[in-house]
Amino acid sequence: MLGQPVQRSEDPRLLTGNGRYLDDLGQTAYAAAFLRSPHAHARLRSVDVTDALGVEGLIAIYTHEDLEGRAAEPLPMLIPHPSLSHGRTPHALASDEVNHVGEAIVMVVASDRYVAEDVVQRIVVEYEFQTPVVGVESARAAESLVHDDVPGNVAAHLLQETGDVDAAIDAAPHRLSLELSIERSASTPLEGKGVLARWDPDDRSLLVHTSTQTSTSVRQAIAAKLELPVDRVEVVTPDVGGGFGVKIVHPWPEEIMVPWAAIRLGHPVKWVEDRREHFISSAHERAQLHEVRVGFDDDGRLQGLSVRFWHDNGAYTPYGVIVPIITSTQLLGPYKPGPYRVEFWSLYTNTVLVTPYRGAGRPQGCFVMERTLDAIADELGMDRSVVRENNFIQPEEMPYDHGLLFQDGRPLIYDSGDFPATLAKLRKLVGWDDFEAYREQARTEGRTVGIGMGCYVEGTGVGPYEGGHLRVETDGTVVVSTGLTSQGQGHQTMLAQLVSDELGVPFDRIRVTTGDTRRFKYAVGTFASRTAVMSGNAVALTARKVRAKALRIAAQALEVDPDDLEIVAGMVRVKGAPAAEIDLGAVAVLSNPLRYAFDEAAARATQFVTPVDPDLPPVAAGEEPGLEGTAYYSPPRSTFANGMHAVVVETDPETAEISVLRYCVVHDCGTVINPMILEGQIHGGVAQGVGGALYERMVYDSSGQLLNASFMDFLMPYVTEVPRIEIDHLETPSPLNPLGVKGAGEAGVIPGSAAIAAAIEDAEGFRISAMPISPSELFDLRRGAAEGRVPWLRRRSAPAPGPGSSSTGDGS
Amino acid sequence: MKPSPFAYHRPHTVEEALSVLAEVSADGKVLAGGQSLVPLLSMRLAAPAHLVDINHIGGLDSIDVGNDVVRIGATVRHAQLEHHDAAARAIPLLRQTVTYIAHPTIRNRGTSLGSIVHADPSGELPAVLALLDGEVEVMSEGGGRRIAAADFFVGPLESALVPGELAVAASFRVPPPGSGSAWMEVARRHGDYALCGVGAVVTVDDDRRVTGARVGLISVGPGPVLVDLADAMAGQDADELAVADAAALVLTRIDAEDDIHASADYRRRLAAVLTERALRAAVRHRPGRAEAA
Amino acid sequence: MSAPAVESVHDITLVVNGVPQQLTVPARRLLSDALRHELRLTGTHVGCEHGVCGACTVLIDGLPARSCLVFAVSVEGSSITTVEGCCESDGSMGRVQRAFQRCHALQCGFCTPGFITTITAYLRENPDPSDGEAREAIAGNLCRCTGYQNIVAAVLSAAQDPTP
Repeated sequence: MLGQPVQRSEDPRLLTGNGRYLDDLGQTAYAAAFLRSPHAHARLRSVDVTDALGVEGLIAIYTHEDLEGRAAEPLPMLIPHPSLSHGRTPHALASDEVNHVGEAIVMVVASDRYVAEDVVQRIVVEYEFQTPVVGVESARAAESLVHDDVPGNVAAHLLQETGDVDAAIDAAPHRLSLELSIERSASTPLEGKGVLARWDPDDRSLLVHTSTQTSTSVRQAIAAKLELPVDRVEVVTPDVGGGFGVKIVHPWPEEIMVPWAAIRLGHPVKWVEDRREHFISSAHERAQLHEVRVGFDDDGRLQGLSVRFWHDNGAYTPYGVIVPIITSTQLLGPYKPGPYRVEFWSLYTNTVLVTPYRGAGRPQGCFVMERTLDAIADELGMDRSVVRENNFIQPEEMPYDHGLLFQDGRPLIYDSGDFPATLAKLRKLVGWDDFEAYREQARTEGRTVGIGMGCYVEGTGVGPYEGGHLRVETDGTVVVSTGLTSQGQGHQTMLAQLVSDELGVPFDRIRVTTGDTRRFKYAVGTFASRTAVMSGNAVALTARKVRAKALRIAAQALEVDPDDLEIVAGMVRVKGAPAAEIDLGAVAVLSNPLRYAFDEAAARATQFVTPVDPDLPPVAAGEEPGLEGTAYYSPPRSTFANGMHAVVVETDPETAEISVLRYCVVHDCGTVINPMILEGQIHGGVAQGVGGALYERMVYDSSGQLLNASFMDFLMPYVTEVPRIEIDHLETPSPLNPLGVKGAGEAGVIPGSAAIAAAIEDAEGFRISAMPISPSELFDLRRGAAEGRVPWLRRRSAPAPGPGSSSTGDGS
Repeated sequence: MKPSPFAYHRPHTVEEALSVLAEVSADGKVLAGGQSLVPLLSMRLAAPAHLVDINHIGGLDSIDVGNDVVRIGATVRHAQLEHHDAAARAIPLLRQTVTYIAHPTIRNRGTSLGSIVHADPSGELPAVLALLDGEVEVMSEGGGRRIAAADFFVGPLESALVPGELAVAASFRVPPPGSGSAWMEVARRHGDYALCGVGAVVTVDDDRRVTGARVGLISVGPGPVLVDLADAMAGQDADELAVADAAALVLTRIDAEDDIHASADYRRRLAAVLTERALRAAVRHRPGRAEAA
Repeated sequence: MSAPAVESVHDITLVVNGVPQQLTVPARRLLSDALRHELRLTGTHVGCEHGVCGACTVLIDGLPARSCLVFAVSVEGSSITTVEGCCESDGSMGRVQRAFQRCHALQCGFCTPGFITTITAYLRENPDPSDGEAREAIAGNLCRCTGYQNIVAAVLSAAQDPTP
């Protein structure tokens, strides 16, 4: 089934209204709501609940004062890093200050959410305002501080360098400097966060359901914070309505407070985030400001590259500096940069925290590199695709070591990829070489069109590991589990396809569970495009293990050599003599010698019924009962997928409206398990890329208020804003894992802003250095270009000077 | 995001409704389509103690098409108006415009009169009411009155209704014979509130001369902006319209502002461009030219 | 702060998926919540509660409507159809749902019920849409996972499905 577009086993229940998302569970639980700071930066003076106490249906009100021990301490710093000299994390409930609009201060538990919100409204908090810091420039200028003990608002400063960059740039035949920026967006899954906790006082155990991307880590965090033994805490990820990165952060304050309250109240408690809460109290990403200095030769080959950037990490840094580290390293794309220096400052602002959103820093890096290459091409009067070609790492240079450290703490080494082949396919798909003729035709029709491309490389399948467990039941059902989680990626289907192939059982006999610590306890989580690589390989290895055991046991029963056996459609049989066969369910029975029969299958395994060798124990040394096995996959390092996108846009000469006429993708993620699911992932990523380039931006005012905390004003694209997506594939299998797979989850979004900016620039003829871009902003840029404030490309002549406009407008 | 508590009233006649409204006065709000009101309640930007649901009052859901006027009752849904062929024949501008209101699902519940009463500066129907010299029929326990469009829109989200009053119908005047109309708008996403929208009605005589022209604009002022272009355009050949002066005149009448989606300058550009485009489309849509609207 | 407003509570009957249901709800109970919690029909999902995302879309007297923008008390007497009601009578997938599976038109499934009801109603009125019409039909529903390509395909595929 590898490589087959198998229809998803998840679908029937999701389509018929039988999904089990967080809010579908715990119908009798108490409801929680939170009083969240309406101010971006303030000290808390007092909390007065007097007016709230009389509300019928109120169960409890909690503040930080009610917390004790570890629960009262700040939430964990998930990913420490040597450069993170001034990391800060929030408390589960704010103790004496708040640092962004939306920070949780008071927890209310009530009979239902309506009542809980009534109570929240009646609580009066007294604040002492502090000056909020909003935006990268403000944070950098540091006239005010977010945290009093963090000088310059700098959470982290990291420099990575290979070679003598300044000398290389100065010695190069040509040089350019660029300033580039990208604004905040966010994952914005259709389902927000949610937590349901049940405490069993008899068993003294806690069961938590949470809409997360990592059950196993949430479990550890809850156990640590609530000071419970880990084996008394289980965490289950239900059906999740999308994650896209925002649900990898943990523990959210609510993931601590809801279980804490459930224990205290001796009653299940549930919290379901509403849309406004999601905007102001989950996480955003993407805002960075870059300064680039690059040296290059007459063929556009990079001689040296220096990048400095300032990253807005919001009010706290629970996820460390992963995002800017990824930007730093993935900026290099499929290219050889020559000597390279990347230096970043991760800055605090009084805004929502910044943690990975699909792409996780790669879109910014890709934007910077691709804009730089386009600028080089323009400077030299070269075709933009040829400049890229000239800089590619060639297939014969793989594995290619950049001499830097990647986000997994391991060397940044590209293992495989054929960038020239990917580019050739893209040129053909979009008709790159025929575009000038198309542009001319459009011009005669009074239409303005442009083409752009963006290339990226993605390090996928980061470790440390994932595992799989598989058990064949006595009725022939195959039960599989892995510890990471699912948010719609079709993991259950994909993993069942692998098991079907490896074990030789029909697809619909396989049941897969993900994200349930009761079923699988060692895992990392779902993020960074790692599931197919990590759990895919782990489950495949597990299936191979169990297959080997099945053959051993069956060989004994059939009195043949295991090498003479094969498993087809769940039957173990002798190759070439299919009449001699035993079904896997029966093998499962044989694998577990029993004393007591509780059903017919079991009866066949009891001690007086099965054949016995009196000199051997029923369970041989080194064996375990049951037709099951566990295996792990732990990669030496990330495996590198790549892709290239090309975009054709049209801009309206009068209204500056921007339409994407064509969106072409060529994509290489190695061995493809389910091409239908893969394409779906690309489609979704591209839609987010288009959204991020043309529509989505978090708008904060100077007092730290998020002005567009709703779907009315935060513009996620509908179908009418997403172009038709054309896809071609390449497969360079990964040499790093048994299946040869690479990750694909984030690919679609990475080059969106780069390619679209390039296409708009190509249409308009002047530099586009900041994204996203709206028609209103394009209108402003047009005037800026006409007035000489925005640089024209060399390859487009500026319009003839008119009254009041500057003379030629070329160069900067 | 759940609404604050309220007491719910479900009158079955207009008299009952007026009686309740008189009693609850400023503590009450009328619930018609709810597409604008309910989000405000859920976000707790409004918390009326009483909600008066007029959806169950008979006789308010009719569309009456006469020779001079199309009259709609208070519970006529946008979708109903959109699909009403007789209304579309009498006043094409109605169907032309309603298709721009949000999305079909919203139009199934939202009421056209509710939209007018809501008086959103970005609402399309207030501009249509103004363009067509419409009026709103209002009743209260104390009696009834008719409010002309020119007097109806007091400010952003503020109509001339006072507490205790219920708008029961709106009338749109049928444009003179020989008129063509069009609605154009630019929004960030399909179905979003317009960054700027322009409705145009142009009247042309049998000699192809323009005898009347007016435009109504949205999102460029505290309410709909009505600009009479008859003087600027009278006598022009309808098939060779010169619209630049009309656009310039319109720019002097609007009050565009910056917001997070667009700058004031950009809105002004849209106002000019859409005015020109709407005028040209309106003449193309006039009877006799019979270009599909 | 003033005393809390007096909240009215109502016994109402809603006909949901053909079945009359009695419920007792406060006036402010949104239809979306009444369906999900009072009636335990959790197929209808809540994505924004301000009418923009469409995940909560149900059919009220056969017409798509945002259930997060309707109070349950206000639609007493109306006939409500949820995604559960778009199945066959034996609970198996109906025409639109089958098309969604065929075309991989869902990933996380959270927005899906709103699309299913919307498209079910649409195809009744427009049994043979063009590509452009299919896009327009779903233009009021947000999806974050699929990029919409396969949802458009599912509309067209459902239209081709001869079984009702």
